[in-house]
Amino acid sequence: MNRINQKLEEDKKILSIYFTAGYPKLNDTVKIIQDLEKNGVDLIEIGLPFSDPLADGPTIQKSSTAALKNGMHTELLFEQLKDIRKTVSIPLIIMGYFNPIFQYGVEAFCKRCQEIGIDGLILPDLPLDVYLKDYEAIFVKYGLINVFLITPQTSDKRIKQIDKASNGFIYMVSSASTTGATTGFGEEQKTYFGRIAALNLNNPQIVGFGINNAETFDQATQTTAGAIIGSAFIKHITQFGIDTISDFIKTIR
Amino acid sequence: MSYNADEKGYYGEFGGAFIPEMLYPNTEELRHNYIRIMDEPSFKKEFDQLLKDYVGRPTPLYHAKRLSKKYNTKIYLKREDLCHTGAHKINNTIGQILMAKKLGKNRIIAETGAGQHGVATATVCALMGIQCVVYMGEVDIARQAPNVARMKMLGAEVRPALSGSRTLKDATNEAIRDWINNPVDTHYIIGSVVGPHPYPDMVARFQSVISEEIKAQLKEKEGTENPDYVVACVGGGSNAAGAFYHYLDNPDVGVIAVEAAGKGINSGESAATSVLGKVGIIHGSKTLLMQTTDGQITEPYSISAGLDYPGVGPMHAHLYRSGRGEFVSITDDDAMKAGLLLSKLEGIIPAIESSHALALLEQKTFKPDDIVVINLSGRGDKDLDTYINYFKL
Ligand SMILES: Cc1ncc(COP(=O)(O)O)c(C=O)c1O
Repeated sequence: MNRINQKLEEDKKILSIYFTAGYPKLNDTVKIIQDLEKNGVDLIEIGLPFSDPLADGPTIQKSSTAALKNGMHTELLFEQLKDIRKTVSIPLIIMGYFNPIFQYGVEAFCKRCQEIGIDGLILPDLPLDVYLKDYEAIFVKYGLINVFLITPQTSDKRIKQIDKASNGFIYMVSSASTTGATTGFGEEQKTYFGRIAALNLNNPQIVGFGINNAETFDQATQTTAGAIIGSAFIKHITQFGIDTISDFIKTIR
Repeated sequence: MSYNADEKGYYGEFGGAFIPEMLYPNTEELRHNYIRIMDEPSFKKEFDQLLKDYVGRPTPLYHAKRLSKKYNTKIYLKREDLCHTGAHKINNTIGQILMAKKLGKNRIIAETGAGQHGVATATVCALMGIQCVVYMGEVDIARQAPNVARMKMLGAEVRPALSGSRTLKDATNEAIRDWINNPVDTHYIIGSVVGPHPYPDMVARFQSVISEEIKAQLKEKEGTENPDYVVACVGGGSNAAGAFYHYLDNPDVGVIAVEAAGKGINSGESAATSVLGKVGIIHGSKTLLMQTTDGQITEPYSISAGLDYPGVGPMHAHLYRSGRGEFVSITDDDAMKAGLLLSKLEGIIPAIESSHALALLEQKTFKPDDIVVINLSGRGDKDLDTYINYFKL
């Protein structure tokens, strides 16, 4: 069974952390992953930096630009991760934009992921219909879970299609925004969370975007399986460095 | 072979909508409605009326006699430079502002490089009394001050794009991010035949008035609707799409797309996407784009800000791959010379983008009885500083 599915069967709320590979320093990748696991994080999204991250706000944009400047690239990330399964056992997901993966070759990319022990991919700009038509078979062949996004604007009909195409969890974007918005959760989110809960989807949901402290984490996970923190974590390591990861996790739970 | 977009926005292997789910409802709404709205008689009537009374269409098809004599062929210039605001860009913004109104949107966003599309968007927003935000790279804001001032006078807010290389591609990213954050009330007016489906097709349809007019005008002047060649510069490709549109299915009409070679194809400072690009995804479209082997989008270069885009529209990628279009690239120097030549021979100072199309005349020899239509996409007022510095005027 894929580590993501296993993790989702545990009786706890998932805390997932996103970070950009190659940031703050080129070779921080493995240490960040190890420290996150040590501090009780349940799932990690490793960001493959892209020059034009459309769905990201300023914090992740800046970390991506810096990571690329540091020299991060696809092959190097695989190189850094090649022994990761000797020390880390929680599920690992690579999150990236489609073009770098398309250039690497989707099949070659998926194959490397399987060899390393990556459990899934999140590719926000790979649309559902293209995935189903051209790439689903490849993901299945290499045992990778593909994670789709939904937003408060996604129709019930479309959510059901996405649920059907998913085999791990659904990434629930908390509001109509790019990453890193910090407006907190209000009435719109309450309605949205309620609407999704009432759909009784096959796949559990994990909420992302706008989660930055214990309060938003608790709100997001009341009716869902977990929550993802990205920009707030990157801000923390930008300010305090990567030796203080435990301090950050303690502010969440 | 078809050269138009299919149902899903594909031109051959190019096109589609590679967008994050956050943008799905926005583009779906457009996709479901754009053709229906464009076909509504009330829409057509208002669009045609504004093109006539406000933009100044039809633009002349001018027989450039002295230029023709110099190159020993028959050259017509399609005078898009005479459009209100100085370029073809306004054909599209008029269409899209009417579309936005039909869709009930009350806020407009746009991206701009040199500022021409930003000005054309700010103009139609002023005309309709709709709020307008234009994203422009911080670097471009500094080098295109007059257009920034024009947008401000027209009541638009110009927001600097501070990410990435702080030029056109980043302004486009910022506009897309704005749209993600404002999915309900906002319409995004893209400035060329780029972006996710249905934008390339919608913008091409709005610009197709150019070739529609060429056909009628040529019929009157030459007794035939069809020239031997239509020539246009390609940044994203909207003026070319409009000039080629009604000729694409007629193999007797050659279509020639002129890209910016910058300081030379192999100089590392170029924007000749068909030569230097590879298939990939940019701004939601699968097309040819300039990128590293690792799939990071690279920064193009051209003396002309309007051609300074690392991709081309999917229609043009398909015209290139299928062989239907002839693709040529022109250096900064050759374009500048061609701009000066047109000024001296015909009394028309062209936009530097359009000068690239004119420079083809030095590179390709036409037959004396060929009819060559060159799309003069814009006027040179906005480029005076560049001409001044280049020629030490
Ligand atoms: C006068 C003129 N011509 C051409 C272009 C290039 O755009 P496109 O390739 O979409 O026609 C621009 C863009 O700013 C322009 O201002």
